[in-house]
Amino acid sequence: MPATPMKLTLGPLLYLWDTPAWRDFYFRIADEADVDCVVLGEVVCSKRQHFHQPVLGEVIERLASAGKQVRLASLALVTLDRELKSSRHLAEQDDFAVEVNELAAHGAMRGRPHAIGPLVNVYNGATARFLASSGATSICLPPELPAASIKAILRDAPGIAFEVFAFGRVPLAISARCAHARIKGFTKDNCHFVCGEDPDGLPVDTLDGQSFLTLNGVQTMSSTCQSMITDVLALRAMGVAALRLSPQVCDMVAVARLFRAVADEELDPLEGLDHLRSAYPNAQFSNGFIHDVPGHRLVTAAG
Amino acid sequence: MELICPAGTPASFRDAIDAGADAVYCGFRDETNARNFPGLNFSRDELAEAVSYAGGRGVKTLVAINTFMRAGNEQLWTRAIDDAAELGADAVILADLGLLAYAAERYPQLRRHLSVQAGAANADHIDFLVETFGIRRAVLPRVLTVAEVATISKRVKCETEVFVFGGLCVMEEGRCSLSSYATGKSPNMHGVCSPASHVRYRRDGTEMVSGLGEFTINRFPESEPAGYPTLCKGRFVAGGQSGYIFEDPASLDVLSQLHALEAAGVTALKIEGRQRGRAYISQVVTEIRKALGTLGGAPRTVTDGNALRKLSEGQRTTEGSYDKRWR
Repeated sequence: MPATPMKLTLGPLLYLWDTPAWRDFYFRIADEADVDCVVLGEVVCSKRQHFHQPVLGEVIERLASAGKQVRLASLALVTLDRELKSSRHLAEQDDFAVEVNELAAHGAMRGRPHAIGPLVNVYNGATARFLASSGATSICLPPELPAASIKAILRDAPGIAFEVFAFGRVPLAISARCAHARIKGFTKDNCHFVCGEDPDGLPVDTLDGQSFLTLNGVQTMSSTCQSMITDVLALRAMGVAALRLSPQVCDMVAVARLFRAVADEELDPLEGLDHLRSAYPNAQFSNGFIHDVPGHRLVTAAG
Repeated sequence: MELICPAGTPASFRDAIDAGADAVYCGFRDETNARNFPGLNFSRDELAEAVSYAGGRGVKTLVAINTFMRAGNEQLWTRAIDDAAELGADAVILADLGLLAYAAERYPQLRRHLSVQAGAANADHIDFLVETFGIRRAVLPRVLTVAEVATISKRVKCETEVFVFGGLCVMEEGRCSLSSYATGKSPNMHGVCSPASHVRYRRDGTEMVSGLGEFTINRFPESEPAGYPTLCKGRFVAGGQSGYIFEDPASLDVLSQLHALEAAGVTALKIEGRQRGRAYISQVVTEIRKALGTLGGAPRTVTDGNALRKLSEGQRTTEGSYDKRWR
């Protein structure tokens, strides 16, 4: 066992799940998943917020009584007054830790301690130090960073708990336009919440049948599922404090168990990757970004 | 309203000024700017000459240093700031928080504009950066309607600038890793999107296939010209449908909204296209200058919209997010 074990954070559920499925997912996480922190809240589209509001209280309570730290996430793209108000409201409450995903919410924290989510652009130590000077205590780095950048940022910005996006489809882009609604014949303003029909996202293939991307409402994600299970030990050696696991329609309890076992050196990383394939049977895994090659590729010691 | 024009070369810089630009923006020849394309951009000497040519004609020179500093190589970006300041740039256009902090501390007198790459889409975000780094102008991302542009422009404690013509990002600027997912080269880190170095075309029967990295971006029948494989403007298959699922290969044209943008309190209008040739720069700047000259009277659109459309990507245009229905 390493002296300072890596922490596991369950990132916010980025897809639209119906209310009972959402609640039951988090209940199981509370009862069974070996994670240290759970980030809750709608990050992708403010139109979805009302789906989870009615059960948010009981989910928070269940997670907290299971000893998990709970953070509430702010929206990633804030343009409307209603959205700004919700970010301000989140920043002003004192009951729960906050994870900000854009700078209006960061500013509204007015220097009080908070976490920075992976959708804020932190590409260098100077940016991390600036955010820390205005209240950030932990930062989940952008998924496209190569290892050399992660290493340099950690060296340059001591005293911040850095987290890396280690599992899940990678959020690659966000738009004002909802491609997901459009493909189903609707517009964003009258979308009928059709993204809810695809709880693990809607696959986008090339005209030659290659898997390429995934639609999740206004967000575009990778078709591959990021897996840094074979990079965990390198990340730990760099001083990365926590690994972020982003929920997919798969056995997330098993995913957490596998990452924990590899981080604690109780499971061989390549064996861990094999087990990950059973936990998420149809997924294609990738970790290209950290290896400074196209993000969709998978690079392991075994080749 | 000021007219802000692109220049990828010293020749187009002079063309833009001669055609009526109030300010010209350009970048250094490296990955410190978001148009880091082969054969484009300015050496230090070229920038010095440009600043002097512009200054003599009452035109401002804005230097875009709007990618994100690569950890471990920050000096490439900080040196760009040092040089822009020393060479007499009227403003620097920045997105990276660490670089904004550097510029604000070292060169408090040098105007700082917030690049579109910062993706600042609401008034609180912008005002936080006004208060923290003293930014004087924010270039708004192409995710807003005209009404939202007006709300922001009226509220924020700095000027606003919006894109009115040229290439259109479908995704919020500065928050798109599609290109690095497919090619390993990204707008934020390398200043490129869908880079030419990763583009390939191949013939498949009667069709021309365009690809980026390992992915097919489009297939064109013989009757259709094969366009450049910009990732978010390709044809894909989703939900059993195939087509341009993000956006057609169209470019932005909101010249019909100039009155509304003026009423919204926008300070400056920006033309995209540092990578475009001299003919584009001259013609677009001339036409838009003419249209601006008529503001204040009856609502009017650009006099020669058709000529401009021919200069657009795919010769099709859209009002993008400025039109609520686009979403």
